[in-house]
Amino acid sequence: MGIGKNINRVDALSKVKGTTKYTEDLIPQNALIAKILHSKIANGIVKDVDVSEALKIEGVLKIVTCLEVPDVDFSTAGHPYSLDPSHADIKDRKLLNKRVRHYGDDVAVVVAVDSIAAQKGLEAIKVTYEEYKPKINIYGNYEVGEPIHKLYPDDVMATMNFYLNEDKERFNKYKIVEELLKTNNFKGNMPDSNLPMKKYEYILPIVQHAHIENIVCFAYMDGNRHIIYSATQVPQVVRRIVSEALEISIGEVQVIKPYIGGGFGNKQDIIYEPLAMYLSKLMGGACISMVSTREETFVNSRTRHGMKITTMVNTEEGKMRMRNRAINLVSNQGAYSTHGHAIAANAITNGFHLYSGSGLQVGTSTSIYSNLPSAAAMRAYGTPQICFAVESQMDDYAKEKGFDPIEFRLENLVKVGAIEPFDTFPIHTNGLDDCIKKGKELIDWDEKKIQYEEFNKNSKVFKKGIGIALFAYKTGIYPITVETSACRMVLNQDGSLQVQVGAIEIGQGSDTVFCQMTSEILSIPEDKINMVSCHDTDISPFDPGAYASRQTYICGGAVKKTAEILKEKILNKAAIMLDFDYDDMDLIDEYIISKSRSEKLESLEKVVLYSMYSKHSTEHLTAEATYTGLNNAFAYGACFADVCVDVPLGKIDIKKMYSIHDSGKIINPRLAEAQVHGAVAMGVGYAIGEEMLFDQVTGKPLNNNFLDYKIPTSMDIPEIEVAFIETYEPSGPFGNKALGEPPIIAPAPAIRNAVLFATGVSINSLPLNPEKLVSAFKEANLIDEE
Amino acid sequence: MYDIKKVHQASSMNDVLKIMKENKEVKILAGGTDVLIKMRERKYKDVEIVSIGDISELSGIHIDESENIIIKSATKFIDIINNEYIAKHLPTLGKACNQIGSPQIRNIATIGGNLCNGAVSADVVPILLVLDAQLHIVGLDGKMRIINVNDLHTGPGQTSLIEGQELLVEIHIKKENYVNFGFDYYKYGKRNAMEIATLGCAVGIKLNKQKDIIEDIKIAYSVAAPTPRRCSSIEKLMIGKKLTKETINLIKPENIAELIPRDSWRASKNFRLQLIKETGRRTALEAIKANGGELCID
Ligand SMILES: Cc1cc2nc3c(=O)[nH]c(=O)nc-3n(C[C@H](O)[C@H](O)[C@H](O)COP(=O)(O)OP(=O)(O)OC[C@H]3O[C@@H](n4cnc5c(N)ncnc54)[C@H](O)[C@@H]3O)c2cc1C
Repeated sequence: MGIGKNINRVDALSKVKGTTKYTEDLIPQNALIAKILHSKIANGIVKDVDVSEALKIEGVLKIVTCLEVPDVDFSTAGHPYSLDPSHADIKDRKLLNKRVRHYGDDVAVVVAVDSIAAQKGLEAIKVTYEEYKPKINIYGNYEVGEPIHKLYPDDVMATMNFYLNEDKERFNKYKIVEELLKTNNFKGNMPDSNLPMKKYEYILPIVQHAHIENIVCFAYMDGNRHIIYSATQVPQVVRRIVSEALEISIGEVQVIKPYIGGGFGNKQDIIYEPLAMYLSKLMGGACISMVSTREETFVNSRTRHGMKITTMVNTEEGKMRMRNRAINLVSNQGAYSTHGHAIAANAITNGFHLYSGSGLQVGTSTSIYSNLPSAAAMRAYGTPQICFAVESQMDDYAKEKGFDPIEFRLENLVKVGAIEPFDTFPIHTNGLDDCIKKGKELIDWDEKKIQYEEFNKNSKVFKKGIGIALFAYKTGIYPITVETSACRMVLNQDGSLQVQVGAIEIGQGSDTVFCQMTSEILSIPEDKINMVSCHDTDISPFDPGAYASRQTYICGGAVKKTAEILKEKILNKAAIMLDFDYDDMDLIDEYIISKSRSEKLESLEKVVLYSMYSKHSTEHLTAEATYTGLNNAFAYGACFADVCVDVPLGKIDIKKMYSIHDSGKIINPRLAEAQVHGAVAMGVGYAIGEEMLFDQVTGKPLNNNFLDYKIPTSMDIPEIEVAFIETYEPSGPFGNKALGEPPIIAPAPAIRNAVLFATGVSINSLPLNPEKLVSAFKEANLIDEE
Repeated sequence: MYDIKKVHQASSMNDVLKIMKENKEVKILAGGTDVLIKMRERKYKDVEIVSIGDISELSGIHIDESENIIIKSATKFIDIINNEYIAKHLPTLGKACNQIGSPQIRNIATIGGNLCNGAVSADVVPILLVLDAQLHIVGLDGKMRIINVNDLHTGPGQTSLIEGQELLVEIHIKKENYVNFGFDYYKYGKRNAMEIATLGCAVGIKLNKQKDIIEDIKIAYSVAAPTPRRCSSIEKLMIGKKLTKETINLIKPENIAELIPRDSWRASKNFRLQLIKETGRRTALEAIKANGGELCID
């Protein structure tokens, strides 16, 4: 077997049978329950917390408030440690926070024998606040007043501005950037200032990951060992942050990650692990469990950044070639910095990854704190937002100029050989042209275009459309931060193998592809390779975690390296055992063979047995290696949508989605296809339904539950067709590049552009919900008043 | 974990009434799909419960000799959906039940719970309003009173049932209210499943023999006023009218005095007004089709 094959997921059986153990399944029966008291204001200071009544409730054992937690600030970002202090994450919160920064902020915690006692305890606590006016709408003009964080008096967390021109000068403070920021009108300094620029504005909502498994962890002590089970994507970072927050040695902290019910980036943040551990210490090492409700997961974990993105563009006189481009992005950070400006930075730079103009390109970005839940990583790290803006703008500008939207895109694509302007890695592979060709063919673009235009002429109620959107996405995070991963393999005496990887299986299927990679090199079939899925920081090889789309690309490198070392060891052993020429041997189909004679010499099993039990010299055949990634690569793709709009009811019936990807070599086509299905479904939710809503005066969340937060159900997901354009990316361990996140990027703008095709109406914000559509269609006179 | 003080066991209707008499605070639990949510939201604390979901006397569908349909209150939606008589003679009732929640919910939730919960969005209500269903309600003294479902809802989440003192036993649908009528129900929600109606509309229509005049029409809306309600103002306007596009286009908010759609973060008033018009007309057209009529407007 090996790579490129449709191997079943290694965890398929246990997941289908329901025997898989998740964190919540492992909570000891006698664990104490900790529940958080959340603030009922969005902005202010806790003056007093009266717990006297709560402590009288039967079953309530302990209450800790924000007024008494250790005065230690920490960051919750699941980033790898940075040796460069200027690159470190902002430490801006404590275990509980006296300074309330959003509605629902953590103010106190009750420890009780069961959840009802804990709940009753919460209800009996009285909090006195000093209240400030909540800052909810950051795009409007608001008074800064009391800053959300003292160190940021104007609530601006960070900015990143740059310009790019043909000489590849970057980041320099330049007149143009300043002028753009001030006036949003930079005619004067642009090349060919006689060409007018068109300006567009797009608004992206705050959404949530909505993974099915809520935020959950439990913690206890065993002697001086601090043991934490957590549904996390970054166990190694949890370990570091807990040690920082509680000021204990990292070696005393053990973090165990069982199977995970979805993370999508939300579990790349450290949420309640430090608090659970702190409480356990207070309670003499007792086991403390913290299981968030859905309502809490929405508000107290993380969200996807809402953004307002302004774009400007023009084209060379009489041509489709873009000349100058400018993008200004304002990102709504929410209450705490978590990942800092990293996501906005990834978004603004991504705005220049797909297309480049021949003139000057300017990017400006600002992250602003607000009294809303904190925003951090979510699948594709800021790029669905920028992609919506850029790809909507491509269609809007094409419409304005009478260009064919696809021709316009093709004319301006960045090609192989270009250098990524910010991280300066060369682009080796780009299958976009073929992705577009393939997608057009599958959706029958040229034919449908004519058909639908004809249909729409005579149909008032229903209107049909097709739309396209492209994306480019960086696989890993090098050179912004370190890329490292490790792997360990242990051969068993029957020739089967245990494989431990640093990578975190979070449902994406990483264990399965590593199993295939191992099989590819060692020839051991997948069903004899046992992946150790549970990550335990005491014993697992290191990897900073499941984020970006890096696991197959980076940890794949570690797996390949380790398997190659192990193969060398096996052959060395066999050479001794068989007294045969090492250079003439290979390992094929679990046999040591002679290359020159093309014949089997001995079975792998025999070699392992010999190695383990030969009386004179034993060796347990194992290998371990660390891989440092010193590269990065773009995955590309094209998404197509075929829709029918019910105009008077504002409903989009998505007939079919097509998702075409250049993710390099595909390690497991069926698994890859499933990954695309999941992400497109999530993209459909982003496009038509999802949006976190807050009371604009109080900042209270309005729809932090699955009744009112509209993730699509299986009945709302259209048919999805997937195709791969396989390139061979030389920087990937097997020619592979990103796939985990990319398919979520382009569905929303593809659907939006299909609605534009169908109705002629440009909707410039997400989600495309019925109410918004009806109001836009009314304005465009598509709905009869009678 | 649920905050339940006590669960009382009952195996007959009389048991239930006795338990209710002896324990003033006891809550009736049928499928529990509303009651448990309220417990989780801490609207009900430290509750006593009597479960009626398994009492066979309170569940089942029966057609009497006059072809009236009688549905016991604790009948689960799945059993209404699967009932052959209803599928044949009143498919719209099955259609309304089939749009509730998800298969899991339909397998446990009951028609009585949907009514007694009093929600403005309850999916089974608009069609029952159009059918002028009769509710048979028993008091703690065992006396039965009968009300028209149109007199049940008194406000959002409120009904004329006296809580703790009355039990809904049966829902009667009279033959004259369903034969010779064509029906439809339109549930407008943002999702295709697991959705609470943003607006619901049910229409029952009876055309003349030539199928060109509206002899009778009944229209009800949910989530368009503080209670789900019949709209006699528009019904009166349409009865006796010729079956034309103009007649159908009479269905618009200006002509429906009973409706007072409100502005909320879930949907604006303007949007609801558009839905009243559009779903009303579409539902009427489908009901006409179901009654053997034909009218095409685009
Ligand atoms: C996930 C989910 C999805 C849902 N989707 C929908 C939907 O799409 N459409 C919809 O309309 N509803 C929906 N609901 C709400 C709910 O399922 C329905 O209202 C259902 O009909 C309630 O029935 P039940 O038997 O579960 O009621 P219960 O929860 O048992 O009872 C509801 C109320 O009625 C009272 N009651 C019940 N029976 C009687 C009786 N015989 N006499 C007097 N009082 C009684 C109870 O005391 C309680 O106050 C949904 C609920 C959930 C949890």
